[in-house]
Amino acid sequence: MARYVLNRLAQAVMLLVIVSAIGFALLHLAPGGPLSQFAASAQMTQEDLDRVSKQLGLDRPLPIQYLDWFLRMLRGDWGKSYRDGEAVLSVISSHLGATLELMVTATIVAVLLGCWIGILGALRRYSLFDSLATVGAMIALSIPTFWFGLVTIYVFSVTLGWLPAGNRETVGDGSFLDLLHHLIAPALVLGLVETAMWGRFMRSSMLEVINQDYIRTARAKGMPEWRILTVHALRNALLPMITVAGLQFPTLLGGALVAETVFTWPGMGRLFLDSIGYRDYPVVMGILMFSAIMVLIGSLIADILYAVVDPRIRVG
Amino acid sequence: MATAVLSTAHPTPGQGAWRRFRRHRLALAGGVTILVLVLGSAFGPYLLPFDDTYIDILKRFAPPLSGAHILGTDELGRDVLARLMMGARVSLSIGFVAMVIAMVVGIVVGAFAGFYGGVVGAVLMRLVDAVLCFPTIFLLLALAALTEPGFVTTTALIAATAWMWVARVVEAQVRSLREREFAVAALAFGSSNLRIMFRELVPNAMAPILVAATLNVAKAILLESYLSYLGYGIQPPAASLGNMLNNAQIYLTSAPWLAIAPGVVITLAVTSFNFLGDGLRDALDPRMNIS
Repeated sequence: MARYVLNRLAQAVMLLVIVSAIGFALLHLAPGGPLSQFAASAQMTQEDLDRVSKQLGLDRPLPIQYLDWFLRMLRGDWGKSYRDGEAVLSVISSHLGATLELMVTATIVAVLLGCWIGILGALRRYSLFDSLATVGAMIALSIPTFWFGLVTIYVFSVTLGWLPAGNRETVGDGSFLDLLHHLIAPALVLGLVETAMWGRFMRSSMLEVINQDYIRTARAKGMPEWRILTVHALRNALLPMITVAGLQFPTLLGGALVAETVFTWPGMGRLFLDSIGYRDYPVVMGILMFSAIMVLIGSLIADILYAVVDPRIRVG
Repeated sequence: MATAVLSTAHPTPGQGAWRRFRRHRLALAGGVTILVLVLGSAFGPYLLPFDDTYIDILKRFAPPLSGAHILGTDELGRDVLARLMMGARVSLSIGFVAMVIAMVVGIVVGAFAGFYGGVVGAVLMRLVDAVLCFPTIFLLLALAALTEPGFVTTTALIAATAWMWVARVVEAQVRSLREREFAVAALAFGSSNLRIMFRELVPNAMAPILVAATLNVAKAILLESYLSYLGYGIQPPAASLGNMLNNAQIYLTSAPWLAIAPGVVITLAVTSFNFLGDGLRDALDPRMNIS
């Protein structure tokens, strides 16, 4: 087990190095490179630029610069926002809570609903419910999330007036009920796609398990059907869902960004788009790196967790 | 004496695939819908009396079915149906072209990684893994922030964020196919490595590649719509399905039809490609059937 974890950790570190190299390359591809902030102002002459460039160490060979940048990233120095000079990492962390709130709520909805639909679909394969769920999931995966958000706003906010059209809270209120009221629409919009994904994976995982020999053996022993389902089938069918959660993570993050833009949710995705609008490259690149690192850690946790609950993995 | 002649003709694999495909009615419906969308966006604009960029301020916000404008007009009095057809033309083109680029890059990377394995394979596939760490939409928007928006960049950026999945599929296929007899035989004949890779191995992996290509178009259309909706894709006055939704949110209360038509067409197109891809997967290789 220890060897498996160490192996997996080494892989993650190697990926982190490549990911950071890509991030570094993008930073230098930005118009004006790392100097774009200064190059934009007309008062800076070429000599000034050269001097700043030397001060920032930009005249050194690229590999040295990369190493320096990478070590500073590790120490938590991600640069400063062009907009207000605040440290990038603290700007990101102040927006992270809202995004996590959205992601966690949508995931809870998706896991409960998706697993239920998937299990039922597998048990009653090719039934009307199963067919509707399969087609429904495909359509849910095909609807542009932002457009679905617009439709939701039109129906529930504009026409019915039941839900607020955006933001995380009413200014000056901010009670738990108020927060919940604002959370419903974006969480459901994000949850729809996630539910469809979980439903599809759960169905195929369950189908695979219920055709296994040990299920037939259990049945032959005369074990009651509910016990076969809960103790034997479900326990094994839920295992691969850990991997699904890891694989799903990038999609979930991307979906959160989309939902945040439509519902003006003050999270990381909204911050990302605002920063792009302001050409605030340090924050843009910071969030890009941050999201990639989150994905990296997410899949690492999923893999280790899977090895913990399923001993068969550790050997291979 | 007349003997009954046994039919020695075996159904070819192609026939079997066609039978399975036909069974998949949704895939067929998807294919038909795609055909209708392609024909409609290709020839539809010539049948309309309105130009997609013609501005008629006096006829702003005409609701659908009121007079000559079947789907109404937008905030500048432009005909929504005309813009929809031109927009679909742009969005579908981007979907196809981005798919082709992603396929070419993915196939080349995957074939080299799978064929050579070892260090080359490890380096290429770790690169694929690393790019996959970036959530697609974040990477796409960050790249869009660094470039000038337009048809070419939008297409290139979408392709740049989509080739990795193809590379993974092709790598796995090529890695297993290169051990097979026909590949070994080609090697014994003295075929060059490139010839074995692209004339023997890749054509034999065509089934999963075709499925990936179809699903890729669906993904590309979705990404284009989002990018253009945010204003980083296709720029007005040219229409795309995404940038038609650009202002739709502002006029959601007064002119909801502006939001409905483009969204429905996007959903229709993406759903069709997804169903088609699913159907192809069932038809071409029953073993790949995961659902």
